[in-house]
Amino acid sequence: MAESILRRWNQELTIAGAIVLLLLPLIGIQPKTYLTLTIAGIAMGMLLFLVASGVSIIFGLMDVLNFAHGALFAWGAYVGFTVFKYLMKWVVADSVLQNLAVFFIAIVAAMVAVALLGVVLERVIVRRVYGNHLFQILITFGATIVLVELIRVFWGPNDETMTVPLTFAGNWDIMDVIVYRYRVICIVIGAMVYAVLQLILKKTKLGTIVRAGVEDRDMVQAMGHNIYLLFTGVFAVGAGLAALGGLAMSIFSLQVYPDMGGTYLLFAFIVVIIGGLGSVTGSLVGALIVGLTYNYVAYLVPWAAAGVNILIMIIILLIRPTGLFAAGK
Amino acid sequence: MGEQGVDETILEVQGVHTFIGQHHILQGISFDAKADAVTVLIGRNGAGKSTALKTVIGLLPSSKGKIIYKGKEIQKNRPFEIARMGIGFVPENMGIFSELTVEENMRVAMLVENEATARRLDRTLEMFADLKKFWKAKAGNLSGGQKQMLAIARAIVNDTSLLLIDEPSKGLAPIIVDAVIDAINRIKEHSVVVLVEQNFYMASSVGDYFFILDDGMVAHAGHVEALIQDEALQSKYLGISEAEE
Repeated sequence: MAESILRRWNQELTIAGAIVLLLLPLIGIQPKTYLTLTIAGIAMGMLLFLVASGVSIIFGLMDVLNFAHGALFAWGAYVGFTVFKYLMKWVVADSVLQNLAVFFIAIVAAMVAVALLGVVLERVIVRRVYGNHLFQILITFGATIVLVELIRVFWGPNDETMTVPLTFAGNWDIMDVIVYRYRVICIVIGAMVYAVLQLILKKTKLGTIVRAGVEDRDMVQAMGHNIYLLFTGVFAVGAGLAALGGLAMSIFSLQVYPDMGGTYLLFAFIVVIIGGLGSVTGSLVGALIVGLTYNYVAYLVPWAAAGVNILIMIIILLIRPTGLFAAGK
Repeated sequence: MGEQGVDETILEVQGVHTFIGQHHILQGISFDAKADAVTVLIGRNGAGKSTALKTVIGLLPSSKGKIIYKGKEIQKNRPFEIARMGIGFVPENMGIFSELTVEENMRVAMLVENEATARRLDRTLEMFADLKKFWKAKAGNLSGGQKQMLAIARAIVNDTSLLLIDEPSKGLAPIIVDAVIDAINRIKEHSVVVLVEQNFYMASSVGDYFFILDDGMVAHAGHVEALIQDEALQSKYLGISEAEE
């Protein structure tokens, strides 16, 4: 009884603390600017969530540190860039339908192509180093070099400009609060991906087996489930999510370049360390913390923007080394 | 079970060697499990009892020897293939998925969800009434005894012919141990059981045949009734003195 009351108080205190922290920047920021920054922060958080959730699930279930995730992210961006290039008429057309169609085709192409690349990577490289983190880091780092060089071979070494589908360009001015359209799209994509992942993980048997595997792989095998097939599937889904993140981020930042994965991989690792490895909800919460903090601090103290998330990560590691959420949540 | 004769051997482990890292744990172990019986592997800590079960289910690879289940060699098969042949496994740490509910734990265990499984589930929940009571509760919040019940329930909800149970009495209160003994005696009616147990009371309450393991080898084997009578053997290999009994 007393324990449940304490737990409830603890939850209420945590929520109250989070709200206070969220509103804290209002001390130094005008409310309208605060709203614009908040939307930008949530949009950035959702994009980071797409990358981080893949890293988190792959580590949670397979115990694999996949440093090639950043390269898969870049491949997603380049596949999407190629679709946009060949269907540029639809990208720049003054038609919501054509803009949405080309965006959808780019998403499907990027996710399918990179998921298949993920299957090859898992079967050919990662499978050989299960259970050995040092080898995983070395071999996936090697795979990153190969994948990034392949991007240079296929698409060239230079930065390319990514075009925003016309419908997503520009902004809305809602009572003097500037809301960029594409940021809202990013928030919707992130929320949809989270909802679908949660639905699969919580409501389907396959998802339940994956969550069980995050807790105890050996037991899942001993219950008659082919964990290796599950590993391949999860790796493919993680790669697909990285691709979606890469495509969405390239439109966000208006460019693609071969090394783009490295920057976001660092953010993804910060996110999963804050949220908890193996937790999808943890990835979402961690990504929102990183996205919002980055935007607020970049406005208030620009020179500290890059460092503040590392500081949060260090604090979380000191207080709760396993991250905010338990694996499998 | 109906087709199996009393002396039919369902599992044969022949000269099996298993390494964990550099350590040579099983050093040519041989034992078998007969139909309609509970076979108990007993021995001191580190004798290789848990390793023997993990080797049978395939979680640890054997480097030498044969494991024959229903006439088929299975030592090269992967754990999920072995489990699908009808071998259930309850590990020493119970292997409960603590973040999942009791219902979800059972669902993960069900390889096929059909009428036969539903009937077995009903039978299992009748045997372990607490699981029904806490059906929607997180498994991590169950008591030690309830977790053990859940671990066993998961292993018997499928069409299991052979059940490997590793130290089910470990850390449980005596009254719960009695409930587990009762459960194993009921499971015995449907499945062959290989039990690893250090608790002599439990081993002697449910066991039909015993194998005493010592340093990764079988030191003695026979009927449990004979072991109950042999105080010298109990003292030598199990550390049981007359005073303790």
